[in-house]
Amino acid sequence: MTSQAAVSSAAELALASSGLSKRFRGGQLAVDGIDLVVPAGSVYGFLGPNGSGKTTTIRMLLGLIRPTAGSHEVLGRPMPDGQAEALPLVGSLVEGPAFYPHLSGRANLARLDAADRTASRATVRARIDQALDRVGLLAAADKRYKAYSLGMKQRLGIATSLLRPRQLVILDEPTNGLDPQGTREVRSLIRQIAADGTTVFVSSHLLAEVEQICTHVGVMRHGKLVFQGPLAQLRGQARLLVRTPEPGRAAQVLAELGLTGVAQAGREVTADLGDMLPEVVNERLVRAGVPVAGLETPRRSLEDEFVELTGEGFDVD
Amino acid sequence: MSTETSGRADATLAHEPGSPQPLTEHAVLRPIPGPAETLPPSALSRVPSWLRFFGSELRLVFRRPRNLALLGVIAVVPIFFGVLLRLTLHNPGGGGNGPEFLNQLAGNGVFLALTVLFLTQTLLLLPLSIAVVTGDAIAGEASLGTLRGLLTVPAGRTRLLFVKYAAIVVFSAAVCLLVTVISLILGLLLFHTGPVTLLSGSTVSLGSGVLRVLAVAAYSAVAMMSLGAIGLAASTMTQHPVGAIAGLLVLVVASEICDQLPQLSAIHSYLPTHFWLSWDGLFRSPADWSGVLHGLASFAAYAVIFGSVAWAKLTSADVAS
Repeated sequence: MTSQAAVSSAAELALASSGLSKRFRGGQLAVDGIDLVVPAGSVYGFLGPNGSGKTTTIRMLLGLIRPTAGSHEVLGRPMPDGQAEALPLVGSLVEGPAFYPHLSGRANLARLDAADRTASRATVRARIDQALDRVGLLAAADKRYKAYSLGMKQRLGIATSLLRPRQLVILDEPTNGLDPQGTREVRSLIRQIAADGTTVFVSSHLLAEVEQICTHVGVMRHGKLVFQGPLAQLRGQARLLVRTPEPGRAAQVLAELGLTGVAQAGREVTADLGDMLPEVVNERLVRAGVPVAGLETPRRSLEDEFVELTGEGFDVD
Repeated sequence: MSTETSGRADATLAHEPGSPQPLTEHAVLRPIPGPAETLPPSALSRVPSWLRFFGSELRLVFRRPRNLALLGVIAVVPIFFGVLLRLTLHNPGGGGNGPEFLNQLAGNGVFLALTVLFLTQTLLLLPLSIAVVTGDAIAGEASLGTLRGLLTVPAGRTRLLFVKYAAIVVFSAAVCLLVTVISLILGLLLFHTGPVTLLSGSTVSLGSGVLRVLAVAAYSAVAMMSLGAIGLAASTMTQHPVGAIAGLLVLVVASEICDQLPQLSAIHSYLPTHFWLSWDGLFRSPADWSGVLHGLASFAAYAVIFGSVAWAKLTSADVAS
């Protein structure tokens, strides 16, 4: 089994699983033998429609629910035995923020920190202030949680991940229910977290919300991991489109450049761009005397790829 | 260190080797310290962290508005009964079919505390307060979603259960002490004080009487701690605190009813509530400890059994809330 090898050599992997499965008591197979490979330092977008098993997977990764089959490692430690060692290095927000409504944001963070046997009491005040500051909640720190807006609640959830330096941050739908402004704030927070080398595992049912920040993606459908790899791989081949009054000569130049899949349609010539830079292609065309009226690199939209992998949005079969 | 630490932050850090990250002033947005600065958890595990967690749990229990309201109501009960009994006991025809110590109340104020302890247990007030706190303990955390937060910290499931139960123990003691102290003070203010005439007819000093009342309070607290273990087990079975609360109260009522049915006399001494009021031996001379000792054994057995059930359930449960 290739996945077995992946798990045993997981030192450089933030998360690894092998055949991880969860069958609920009703008999429903929510997660079906997934082999996650999340490289350390990556921003891993865990994508899939609602109900595709993302949250169940995250719950298993964090030891909240027991897998019915398979195994997994977090930061190189086998779970669930390594839980006490691994989880203090993991910040997480699972299925939306959950706090005590009658306590302030600050008191809620203090509560979670108090439950952490590896956290220092001496530094808690400063760490809480720092975490609240980073998510922009310092001004609202002493407000009761129930008075927070949805965006503030979500940000407080992320603040729990920032209470301590982490090696891995797992965020389950962190942009759920946020307006575009809030979504942007969360994205920028994730960027900051990742900038320090922390691995970020972020789930979403909306590709557009995470594609700008992810280096890797995993796509879930019906409990199966139907794609996993660097984002560019999902994006597929970039295409090149040249608009010119002399399509024949243009096609010839592109072929000479070694581009594959050259095709001509009216005044448009297309080809697979491969590793070639569009500006280089342009220069060659101009040098060859081909009048270039327009040059584009249309990518097959990631959305198209995503929908193809996961099925249509409302087709929750 | 990847971040620009000020001299002051460095100084602070030097004082606190347990701190894996620089302390920053909170005005500016700073990058997170990198994972390289993280100390291995084992390096920090010598800190008596359970005490901190326990303190946080106590604050949670004793500062929750609902619990404070409950404690307030329970504190008013002795006042209500004290005044009521003070007014009605003037009537020489009243009383006679209540418990013995109720009739003794006219004789000495310390019996108000016993009366109130008796009434708050049989009227389910003390059990209700225990049920509410135990319902919150696990089921309440599950319904809020904070349980998953605690477990991913990770608080540790067994450790969480111990801390929860320790807080229930403290709450049980606090609520019994509250009722007793208030009614003792009130009893001594409203009623006749002086040497206490016991149920057996002999007389002891007021101090001895008060000590005996405090012993009853401690005994009742242990009874409530035992009930708390049952409640904690119920709390691990559901994600709805109301279900756990109702379940525990139904159990108490059912047990008390069964305890009254002569047809079930064979199982009476196995009922969880059977020994709740078995402290009357303490008000005889010489004190008869058999009821109290039986009771304590029963409470301990229930606490161990249901504590184990709670542990088995919580450590194996899928937390899907």
